[in-house]
Amino acid sequence: MNNMVKLNNVLGRIPVHVAIIAMCVVWLLPAVGLLVTSFRPVQDVNETGWWMVFAPPKGAAEYKQFCSPCHGSNGSKVAGVNLFDPDLVSKYRRSMYLAATFSKEFDGKVHIEKDQWPNEQQTANILSYLRRESGLDTRPRFTLSNYVDALVGYRGRETYREECAKGNIIPGERTCNFIKDMTTSQTGMGRAFINSLLVTIPATILPILFAAFAAYAFSWLDFHGRQVLFAILVGLQVVPLQMTLIPIYKIYTSLGLNGTFLGVWLFHTGFGLPYAIYLLRNFLGALPRDLFESAYLDGASVWTAFFRLAIPLSVPAIASLGIFQFLWVWNDLLVALVFLGGTTPVMTYQISNLVTSLGGGWHLLTAAAFLSMLLPMIVFFSLQRYFIRGILAGSVKG
Amino acid sequence: MKKSAAPAIMRQGQLLPWIFVGPALAILIIYVAYPTFNTFLLSFQNADSTQLASAACQPDQPCWGILENYRYALTSKVMLTSFRNNALWLILMVSGTVSLGLFYAVLADRVRYEPLAKAIIFLPMAISFVGAGVIWKFVYAYPINPNDPNVPVIGLLNAIVTALGGKPVAWLSTGPWVNNIALIVVGIWIWTGFCMTILSAALKGVPAEILEAARVDGANEWMVFWKIMVPMIMPTITVVITTMTINVLKVFDIVYVMTGGNYGTDVIANRMYMEMYQHQDAGRSAAIAVILVLAIIPVMLYNVRRFREQEAIR
Ligand code: HEC
Repeated sequence: MNNMVKLNNVLGRIPVHVAIIAMCVVWLLPAVGLLVTSFRPVQDVNETGWWMVFAPPKGAAEYKQFCSPCHGSNGSKVAGVNLFDPDLVSKYRRSMYLAATFSKEFDGKVHIEKDQWPNEQQTANILSYLRRESGLDTRPRFTLSNYVDALVGYRGRETYREECAKGNIIPGERTCNFIKDMTTSQTGMGRAFINSLLVTIPATILPILFAAFAAYAFSWLDFHGRQVLFAILVGLQVVPLQMTLIPIYKIYTSLGLNGTFLGVWLFHTGFGLPYAIYLLRNFLGALPRDLFESAYLDGASVWTAFFRLAIPLSVPAIASLGIFQFLWVWNDLLVALVFLGGTTPVMTYQISNLVTSLGGGWHLLTAAAFLSMLLPMIVFFSLQRYFIRGILAGSVKG
Repeated sequence: MKKSAAPAIMRQGQLLPWIFVGPALAILIIYVAYPTFNTFLLSFQNADSTQLASAACQPDQPCWGILENYRYALTSKVMLTSFRNNALWLILMVSGTVSLGLFYAVLADRVRYEPLAKAIIFLPMAISFVGAGVIWKFVYAYPINPNDPNVPVIGLLNAIVTALGGKPVAWLSTGPWVNNIALIVVGIWIWTGFCMTILSAALKGVPAEILEAARVDGANEWMVFWKIMVPMIMPTITVVITTMTINVLKVFDIVYVMTGGNYGTDVIANRMYMEMYQHQDAGRSAAIAVILVLAIIPVMLYNVRRFREQEAIR
């Protein structure tokens, strides 16, 4: 009886599990596609869908159908001919040449009856299969080349490593010193990663610092117009970013601040402040008054109270706020487009540029996109609780 | 009750507080207050802000005088397309994210792997819209020559379509429905986790006894959901809806990366950017920004107020 109830319970829940798992699959598949593709050699990316990554290599099916009956699956069943021998295969540079053998006669017998010939495309596939099996094509299933190319900003037809193996150094552009190329190339994700960090870290610290001071004053210092000023500052939260872009851009143009780190730091600070003040003031204001009173009676100055008491106590709020601001700046495209552009490209800018300029270079695009997601993902998985709290708390921000 | 006088620690003279507030205040004035005001003024001026907007008027053409930029922002064909698209985004994305999020929150509450299940849906919130755009552009990839059977289909969605016997679809350039919906799906993919998390927290606040009592009285799960859960978390649902409304009105990155606003997929925020950078027209761009603000601020004010009420209850 009891078991029946249990069974019923389990069965009754199956639809729930199915719905949840189905939705998880739909949510994950696109991202998995990106990840898998970023590790595949470019030829594979353009030849087969990423879900075929573990499928037999191209041409295997055709070989099995047309050639295996005589030549065998190991290519050497016919005496004297080993189809997987690189020396033999290298004689057939084009599928045309291979097709020419089909009509040949061996010992008076035609090689393959005409009605059993593979068509042109199939022959080409068979040849590429032979090249791969014979080891002429040493294309691995997975590669890090896309990441190397994305990091150094290589956009050519081969790979950065192949070019460098051949010694194709371009003065001033490609030194073939990986670290050097990665950190200097204007089109590479390596430099962009550094730029993103250089933008994001100060743009996270500055607003929190200024906000902490202001929030302390709003909650623990008495001055004229405190309430009104706080209300106005908080009200500024409703101003969307778009509203401030044009005038700041004009000012920056006249001051020469476009394309500088200082320019974006300050812009992000201005835009992050209202919300940061609001959040920290709520947090600091909720701390017990006695705490500050007694510290003061013990002779602590305002500065000690601020640095030794208020700041350490508000670490949880600062953590949430910090994560929120960090991700906001790291993932931002609009501000980067407007104020940094191509002079100091950050990752989001670089990717959007790749998308528009090179259309189908999926191997580079996927690797670049994954590089840009790396840090947020690490933050997400290691600090999930703060992360979610930060995002939720930030949801009312403009 | 008379308010007690400020405690000693709070009385630090009139100078010190301003040292604390000063830097933040200065930055806010320069970076938020002044530009907002200035954008407003710029919207009444011409492209390079040297004359009034009416200077751009041409004889024999309709003209709104000093409001000329607003004539463009409210009546031009591209802007009307953008308004239509933003409306479509608003309807589909807000209803999509909120209903999917709620649905998922209710379901996930019943399984033991809830944290994992929720983390998966929330994950897209961590990555940039640009990254999400690349992910989905790849899903929507369309073969260069769709009529050649030998050209491989590498986009997941088209692979599914062809496997089912259909022909590949150019998801991002077939307008106006297919491509706009394709973009909105990306938005839903990103934001559902956000809605789900907030709604889930609210659902957990519904007292279990009330739900149990209803079940004992013979209510089925469907009725429990509609008659008890939804009404009880209605305030949270409202906050989520308004928050999503604001997000949708400002949507930019997804469109910019995936279609660049081409093929009839333009939206207001992208238009504003394009006017500013491609056409170097500060006046029109500012007018569009003002319209965006006018659309957002009422929702925003409402939202902040609701949010406060919620905080007060908590
Ligand atoms: C009916 C059996 C049969 C089939 C099917 C067949 N072969 Fe052969 N093939 C032979 C024989 C027998 C020889 C050996 C002739 C010899 O003695 O050198 C040969 C030789 C060859 C050679 C060497 C030619 C040369 O000039 O030395 C190549 C290359 C070759 N086959 C490729 C293929 C490919 C590719 C296919 C599949 C499309 C295929 N064969 C299918 C029987 C077959």
